[in-house]
Amino acid sequence: MAPAETENVVMTYRDAVRAAIRDALRRDDRVFLMGEDVGCYGGCFAVSRGLLEEFGPERIRDTPLSEAAFVGAGIGAAIGGMRPIVEIMTVNFSLLALDQIMNNAATISHMSGGQFHVPLVIRMTTGAGRQLAAQHSHSLEGWYAHIPGIKVLTPATLEDARGMLWTALEDPDPVLIFEHGSLYNVEGELPAGAGPVDIERAYVRRGGSDISLITYGGTLRTTLAAAEQLAAEGIDCEVLDLRVLRPLDTAAIVASVARTHRAVIVDEGWRSGSISAEICARIVEGAFYELDAPVARVCSREIPMPYAAHLEQAALPRIETIKQAVQRSLGGHHG
Amino acid sequence: MLRIRRFEEKCVELYSAARIRGFVHLYIGEEAVAVGTMQALGADDAVVATYREHGHALARGVPARSIMAEMFGKVEGCSRGRGGSMHIFDAATRFYGGNAIVGGGLPLAVGLALADKIRGVPRVTACFFGEGAVAEGEFHESMNLAALWKLPVLFCCENNLYAMGTALERSESETDLALKASSYQVAAWSVDGMDVLACQSAAERATTAIRGGGGPVFVEFRTYRFRAHSMYDPELYRSKEEVEHWKQRDPIATFVASLQADGLVTQDALDRVEQEVTAEIEDAIAFAEAGSLEPVEDLARFLYTEQN
Repeated sequence: MAPAETENVVMTYRDAVRAAIRDALRRDDRVFLMGEDVGCYGGCFAVSRGLLEEFGPERIRDTPLSEAAFVGAGIGAAIGGMRPIVEIMTVNFSLLALDQIMNNAATISHMSGGQFHVPLVIRMTTGAGRQLAAQHSHSLEGWYAHIPGIKVLTPATLEDARGMLWTALEDPDPVLIFEHGSLYNVEGELPAGAGPVDIERAYVRRGGSDISLITYGGTLRTTLAAAEQLAAEGIDCEVLDLRVLRPLDTAAIVASVARTHRAVIVDEGWRSGSISAEICARIVEGAFYELDAPVARVCSREIPMPYAAHLEQAALPRIETIKQAVQRSLGGHHG
Repeated sequence: MLRIRRFEEKCVELYSAARIRGFVHLYIGEEAVAVGTMQALGADDAVVATYREHGHALARGVPARSIMAEMFGKVEGCSRGRGGSMHIFDAATRFYGGNAIVGGGLPLAVGLALADKIRGVPRVTACFFGEGAVAEGEFHESMNLAALWKLPVLFCCENNLYAMGTALERSESETDLALKASSYQVAAWSVDGMDVLACQSAAERATTAIRGGGGPVFVEFRTYRFRAHSMYDPELYRSKEEVEHWKQRDPIATFVASLQADGLVTQDALDRVEQEVTAEIEDAIAFAEAGSLEPVEDLARFLYTEQN
């Protein structure tokens, strides 16, 4: 017997994404999934396992290794009345389709004077932590957030993994969803009846009064863990999960900093010319007089991601580096 | 063909007078390709074109007024002045641009055809591109995908021999483009792109095959651009003799001559066509001149879909 809608069920982030895709395929016959190895193989990260058997090859479409063609075909199909979900294996591969994303998906509505719309969702894996080295590990969602005309989502929780996809599919414009690779095996509880969530607002995942830790995606868990350890030291951190990198919820960022008067931004992307720099700028623009200390950032080291585990870990934001940044911001003593 | 020729000749004048700005790429010499091909398309079919697309838009039925107003940057333009010469879009005629990235329109055309195929709608998407696009990865990826999924795409390769200033033999290891396309198991052939009737009959043969469910077709139209690549091109890469040689095969002059030789048209009728075309273009210019500028406050409109 299926669990009641309100009853919690244990599942992984991967299960939550798969449930979202299955739900979308059932809700709307214009929806189909297309990408490399999404069908027979079951998805590079096993997200779509079982869907080919359930929905058939017309709706679960294996593509050739042609990122530009199948992303562009997704754009064309979306303009042509479908609601495609295009899966790209990793963010690094999406660069092969950057022309289609940047020059077509993001421009067509504006460039055509509002005549054509691209209701397309592109999902891809992002991030490091799995020793996949310099061509499978980067966090380029901040780059994509630079582009007007698209929306950029970074589900960090099971609830968002389950709920963002349908809302994105209902959006009339192109939406990119970045799933951090280290999250797929994360297990948690979700109500059996969990459904769509908003794709507009940042959420406070942990309330606090001493400092705002602003993050998203794969570093939310690390940041929450750091906040827990700091609580034991008597430092009360607020953790803001941005959830959406374009459009940024500037009001939520400013409101949090106005409450705590200090901010540390945690971002797995590189520091220079980054989304962390953008968030920093918005704080300076919107909450400059609220600040009691300079805004700090914890980002990845500016190198191609290395393979060796100890080197990779040294390159990434970690609990220790987040705690150090918080302690520096608080001047080494609390209060 | 004459409409396109006269329209673009006017564009040159207007450009020289600084009434039109940006990049303007003229189709003069290649008119038979768009005009011939469009005869084979129905109102429900779709067109994806390149930045050299005034001819395709006119032949497809996009009003001359809205194209001219677009080039004037007016809100009455087909893309509300946001696109200009290179980005003509028109929902009414299913004209999907106006793509200024060489090869960038091909995946889009494949997707439009995919949507039709999935929904069982018997329509054709005609995708125009130059021979320069054949060197792009997006060409090969799109041909493969369209063939693999048997999608209703008519790939119209307008081979005018130069990718901007780079001659075909300097950019392609295999210069027989139909042969190259056929390696994807796509029906492919070449046709004289200076002969409007040959273009029409090639497009009709192609669309019949596509509508029959046979998958995509590739047609190479062998044509020539009489004018410079754009307004900034000193044409260092080809000889005047070569251009003159091709002008002897002017698609309009040769078609008119053949009609006259067969007694199918009178001088009066030709004069009347010329007058009608002139009147239409003058009307388009007057419409564009009288048009209004979009308020700057609306600059960011349509970046995202406006929902009520």
